[in-house]
Amino acid sequence: MNDGIVVNVCMGTGGIAAGGDMVMQEFIKEFETAGVKNATVKEKCRLHKVGCRGFCARDVLVDITVDGQVSTYQYIQPEMVKRLVQEHVLGAKPITEWLVGDDYHVFHDNQTKRVLADLGKIDPESIEEYLGVDGYKAAEKTLTTMKPEEVIQVVKDSGLRGRGGGGFPTGVKWSFCAANKADQRYIICNADEGDPGAFMDRSVVEGNPHAVIEGMIIGAYAIGASVGYVYIRAEYPLAVDRLRLALKHAEERGFLGKKLFGTDFSLKIKVKLGAGAFVCGEETALIASIEGERGMPRAKPPFPANKGLWGKPTIINNVETFANIPQIMNKGAAWYASIGSEKSKGTKVIALTGKIKNTGLIEIPMGMPLKDIIFKVGGGIEGNKLFKAVQTGGPSGGCIPQQFIDLPVDYEGLASVGSMMGSGGMVVLDETDCMVNISKFFLQFTQSESCGKCVPCRIGTKRLLEILTRITEGEGKEGDIELLQQLAEDVRDSSLCGLGMSAPNPVISTIKYFRHEYEAHIKHKKCPAKVCNKLLTFFIREDMCVGCGMCAKACSVNAISGEKKQPHKINNSMCIQCGSCFDACKFSAVLKE
Amino acid sequence: MIPDQLKTALAEHIAASITPREAAVTVMKELQAHYGWLTDEAVAEAAQLLGISPLQVEELATFYEMIYRRPVGKRVVHVCDSISCWAMGGESLLGQLAARLGIPVGGTDPEGMFTLLPCCCLGNCGDAPTMMVGDNLYGRLTLETALGVLEQERESAKM
Repeated sequence: MNDGIVVNVCMGTGGIAAGGDMVMQEFIKEFETAGVKNATVKEKCRLHKVGCRGFCARDVLVDITVDGQVSTYQYIQPEMVKRLVQEHVLGAKPITEWLVGDDYHVFHDNQTKRVLADLGKIDPESIEEYLGVDGYKAAEKTLTTMKPEEVIQVVKDSGLRGRGGGGFPTGVKWSFCAANKADQRYIICNADEGDPGAFMDRSVVEGNPHAVIEGMIIGAYAIGASVGYVYIRAEYPLAVDRLRLALKHAEERGFLGKKLFGTDFSLKIKVKLGAGAFVCGEETALIASIEGERGMPRAKPPFPANKGLWGKPTIINNVETFANIPQIMNKGAAWYASIGSEKSKGTKVIALTGKIKNTGLIEIPMGMPLKDIIFKVGGGIEGNKLFKAVQTGGPSGGCIPQQFIDLPVDYEGLASVGSMMGSGGMVVLDETDCMVNISKFFLQFTQSESCGKCVPCRIGTKRLLEILTRITEGEGKEGDIELLQQLAEDVRDSSLCGLGMSAPNPVISTIKYFRHEYEAHIKHKKCPAKVCNKLLTFFIREDMCVGCGMCAKACSVNAISGEKKQPHKINNSMCIQCGSCFDACKFSAVLKE
Repeated sequence: MIPDQLKTALAEHIAASITPREAAVTVMKELQAHYGWLTDEAVAEAAQLLGISPLQVEELATFYEMIYRRPVGKRVVHVCDSISCWAMGGESLLGQLAARLGIPVGGTDPEGMFTLLPCCCLGNCGDAPTMMVGDNLYGRLTLETALGVLEQERESAKM
């Protein structure tokens, strides 16, 4: 930028909660007091955690750049600012004990940032900043120097596959759509990110909305669409605001509207808000929802590329897919395909969550071994517990056990062990997670989100859930596992859309790899991970109990009694095994068995 | 009855849509914002504006979780029950909030302040467990911080 001093204060949700606002005010105040003139204080990311660092556990994070040298500090509080200004800014001596450690660098250094590269670096609400990183250059080049079929060829050659879960080659899909004779075509960006545990699309839209819009312009030109939609979840109000603002700015600059870049090509993009229906992320359901029908899936074929929105050829791609397009056009197909695995090119953004030290949003080259994601980028399991499994692909995916820790993470790799990429959610589970319960959790989700149009999904998921509930409550019967397997296969094979076809995956994969846990629940009425409360007995260890009364306070059925400062007792005939006392005890005196 | 101004704005929005039905969800949401929930009167008004039957509006309204066909509190509290939040104690948070507010999940408190709903997913998985009150998102919650948030929201709703 310039030779001045730039201070970036991370003001994501995490950042603000940790005091980012006050840290920022403190810097401004200190600079004034000290009379530092050539300094600017900026927000690294506003109001929300964008994908900038994906590392909000370390907030408040502060970057201080002096003469081009960037130092990153972690856990900064307002009272620390004075010393930072005195010693680092004025004294040119970084305060080493406050700097981020090696683990911070390991988290970042093992990533390959392409889609996330500009997140947090640029202000998502400023089109100038996007233009400053070559924004809309790709769109201009494409529209003014390339024919639509050449664009499609480049995307085909890049090997880019749909990032929404299916992994269908994007260029091939575009060519299907372009091949149709039609008076009207549509392009849709699917930002209805509903997979529990996935938040990359929200972060990309919040952090770099123009990249998505530019990708859509290029896609629309390639297939000949003059109207585009972004279908986005109402649960993401900030993303909606940023997107609308970005569209407005793009229109003002003439990047959207009529005769773009002096060509005859016109494009209008509209924002369509969801209203809380997971199934609308399925492309045919999404189309129905835009049309103002109930958002229920339709039978395929015909595929949307041939017959989509209002019966016209339509391309639907996911946010991350579109965000890749400008870079492919700028740097070429060969550059894009230079990283990744044989059949999965480029990078994938992954939402790493669960029982892991470094939760956050990461971007890795396709094909990175699972163990590197978990133990290098992720920093390993929280609390040094034992790694048990990783759940990928949300409710459509499966659980991958310890034995496949070397598995390359790409479309084929994950599918080979009965899971899937999905939108890229990755939930790490440790020894304290019960696999039957995990499976029940996902079935609860899919069952409640099933739109009810087709019988196998509507009734099948309900029955699967009933059996799983029974097992976790100690009512499991001999033959339940086989029944689950049979039913799961039936639902998978006969449902109308992807929701139903993939809903049984968590059941199938957990039975495959953790059958012994199911058996323990059914035959021995035990939950090995000590999660399923109905199979546990709660009691208080007298020698550990200090009599603080927190457990009694937490108990909703008054099953705990005891005098103050005296060991308490649980009346097991009254206990409903809710586990509140276990969570409430700060002295590990409540035990469950 | 909706004010003429809103009615005109909605009619314009419908006219600018590719088909009237395309505007249906937006119209329902605007009416809901006006009434607080989608009242029977609002259903009839939506039907008239969109040129479809009230039954067709009802059919749409009942499909979407964020269209409320029953009165809700001044603040709708969505507690995320997705996998990441659930793994970090979201389920017990929802249960404890329900107990503290003295309402079942899905219920509204007697003073009409809060409606408590589960939601999947708020997309704040890295900061689980999470809840959203109105348009405000809160992460890394404990029961105490969540109750604190509700107090703040209660105050801001009174203003």
